[in-house]
Amino acid sequence: MPTPDPVRGTVNENVPGGQPVGDKVWNVLLVGVGGQGVVLASDILAAAALEAGWDVKKSEIHGMSQRGGSVFSHVRFGPIVHSPTIPRGEVDVLASLERIEALRWSGWAHPGAAVCYVDHEIHPQGVRAYNPGVDDEIARLFGTTIRFEDHALKSRISAKVKNTALLGAISLLVPIPQQAFLAALAGHVPARTEEANATAFAIGREIGSSALAEATEMAEMAGRPAPEQEPTHVE
Amino acid sequence: MATKLLMSGNEAIALGAYEAGVALGCGYPGTPSTEIIETLVRRPDVYTEWSVNEKVALEVGLGAALAGGRALVTMKHVGLNVAADPLFTSAYTGVNAGLVVVTADDPSMHSSQNEQDNRNYALAAKLPMFEPSDAREARELTRAAFELSEAYDTPVLLRSTTRLSHATGVVEVDEDAPAPQRHPLGFERQPAKYVMIPSNAKRRRVDVEDRWARLREAVETHPANRVEPGSSDIGVITSGVPYEYVREVLPDAGVLKLGIVHPLPRRLVEDFARQYRTVYVVEELDPVIETQVRAWGIACHGKDVFPSIGEFSPGTLRAALGLPQPETIAEPAVEVPPRFPALCVGCPHGHVYNALRERGMVVSGDIGCYSLGVMPPYSAMDTLLDMGASVTMAHGMDAVLQGQPDRPPVAAVIGDSTFAHSGLTGLLNACWNQRDGLFIVLDNGTTAMTGGQPNPLSGERLGREDTMHLDYGYLARAFGIPEENFAAVDANNRKAVTAAIDDLAGRSGVRLLAVIGMCIIEAKDLKKIDKFVGKRDARKLELIEVDAHAHA
Repeated sequence: MPTPDPVRGTVNENVPGGQPVGDKVWNVLLVGVGGQGVVLASDILAAAALEAGWDVKKSEIHGMSQRGGSVFSHVRFGPIVHSPTIPRGEVDVLASLERIEALRWSGWAHPGAAVCYVDHEIHPQGVRAYNPGVDDEIARLFGTTIRFEDHALKSRISAKVKNTALLGAISLLVPIPQQAFLAALAGHVPARTEEANATAFAIGREIGSSALAEATEMAEMAGRPAPEQEPTHVE
Repeated sequence: MATKLLMSGNEAIALGAYEAGVALGCGYPGTPSTEIIETLVRRPDVYTEWSVNEKVALEVGLGAALAGGRALVTMKHVGLNVAADPLFTSAYTGVNAGLVVVTADDPSMHSSQNEQDNRNYALAAKLPMFEPSDAREARELTRAAFELSEAYDTPVLLRSTTRLSHATGVVEVDEDAPAPQRHPLGFERQPAKYVMIPSNAKRRRVDVEDRWARLREAVETHPANRVEPGSSDIGVITSGVPYEYVREVLPDAGVLKLGIVHPLPRRLVEDFARQYRTVYVVEELDPVIETQVRAWGIACHGKDVFPSIGEFSPGTLRAALGLPQPETIAEPAVEVPPRFPALCVGCPHGHVYNALRERGMVVSGDIGCYSLGVMPPYSAMDTLLDMGASVTMAHGMDAVLQGQPDRPPVAAVIGDSTFAHSGLTGLLNACWNQRDGLFIVLDNGTTAMTGGQPNPLSGERLGREDTMHLDYGYLARAFGIPEENFAAVDANNRKAVTAAIDDLAGRSGVRLLAVIGMCIIEAKDLKKIDKFVGKRDARKLELIEVDAHAHA
């Protein structure tokens, strides 16, 4: 089981010869479909990590992003980051703007990793509907699950800032202070949308907090360990 | 004051070139190189252009360098094939101001038709080549490349890959840094150096060898190459992005990090190898470094353990070295349907493909967004090789199928940018050699797949500046294509598209059809800057003239 650390967060002991606590690199894999704003969300996350004082690298594949294919962005931050791509099995947080994409990329995560996703569906060509068991499977596979119900979310924020709400949830799971996220948002969105984005971020945190609190309650009742929450970031 | 910024490898290369006082930047769009020029264009004191193709770009760059302006030329790996002719002889002419040629390779072919390893060009063309590992180094080595270029009077190659160009890292920038220094402009007449007739070339060939002896010495102490001592008995020789995977997976190994991959520093390699029980050469694709290391009699592991195909990852290294892999979440028990890229809904190209498939035509295809015509639901492309090959391969097919009974009709489809790049030459060849075939230009007003760049058909150049555009009607006339063998139709008018294809399919000789529409992404971008209506109406004017005679 991963070891919680109040300063640097958890270390993934599943990586043999894994880095000691002080060197941990955090790995967030952001995924979705072309046009959903995955790359912008990853830009903001990377900027937030830099703002918080971490070394940061991110990488993605361009070109196909607006042609309806799967879009993914690897974001890594820590004291020193070497590989620009996340090693398979070392994703700490999988964040998805689309329902099936959260499942598609699950094999990159380590056991006990967290997932936060919007259950919005964008069907691939020729697919009418997804298998009804998708959400249960996601919850079964991941250690911590934060699910945004798309219709409920859209009643509170514009579809254009869903990716910001997802960042709000991510902020509960990684050692980057809220302030760093908000500063990064301000630097990446048009001035007239700053308020809408800040609101979406807060709503994302609120929904995420509820989901984590519920999960903690249920785990306690069942005598299981609670899901990891935001480690205190000291910088 | 130093500020930490996040930037991609491409942005870092552009920054390094700017800081080196580059006077000119040019290239042809090609993933993963495209953003270098798109970043450099923001500097008002640098002349930047998209060129028609990579050969043109490299020649433009060399001309600038000979006239005293430092030049940066960029392209993807297959683009260097197009630029290979000037590349090889440029080693003989040398430079005046520095010339740096960026080749952005694509191991694993994320967006390319092959994964050729362009380090081979450095050996064949006798040009030094730098290879950075991250954004910070990309900026530094671009500057170093210009210095080396002038110090040794040679064009210099700089190699990037997708995981450098399209990865973002931290770069420290000094906002108070003084403006970059420029090389003094001016062309000095030196025909013995610049005019490569055989008598001059023979003399310059000796200079190339002399230069090479000096370069081999220089790389032994160049700061781009460095040794990181290790505590284990494993030594790794590596370069580029793979260096980062080595550091991720083997923190205790000794590492010889090569920032210059050609020429290799022999003494440095020998001294390093001597200190370790086992030496690995970690490089993607071809055993370029390994072959030379073995030729020096140094025992090492390379392609006997590491893959020759595709890019690496930390997982690749762990697998090759027999190291345990991290545990992952189990595969989902629920089906995950695949998601394939496809033409956007509303793309002007789709209908042409349907029409061609319905008529059972063999479709000779080309490179661009429209390459997606090979995918369902269209499944309407039979060949794709390189830029411009649609026109020429159709011509070759026709040459042997001509006169055969029941031969399938052949059509070529090519995009607007591809047409200007190298389709014109093929079309001229077909006209001049009196071939037969239907040649269709799918004109969507932009170079779309690479992110929407202007081209000689779109009416704009880099920077959204209005300019001339190639006129299909005049072109057809200039190429001797009879009026009845030419048409230009509105892509959104499906009836007109089908009628034109049917009409032209029934004729013989070279037939040119321009299907003119607007990429929906480009349309959105034009609307943002209030240019959409003007562009749309201008493109309609192209059609009116031809509609008149098509119905005559």
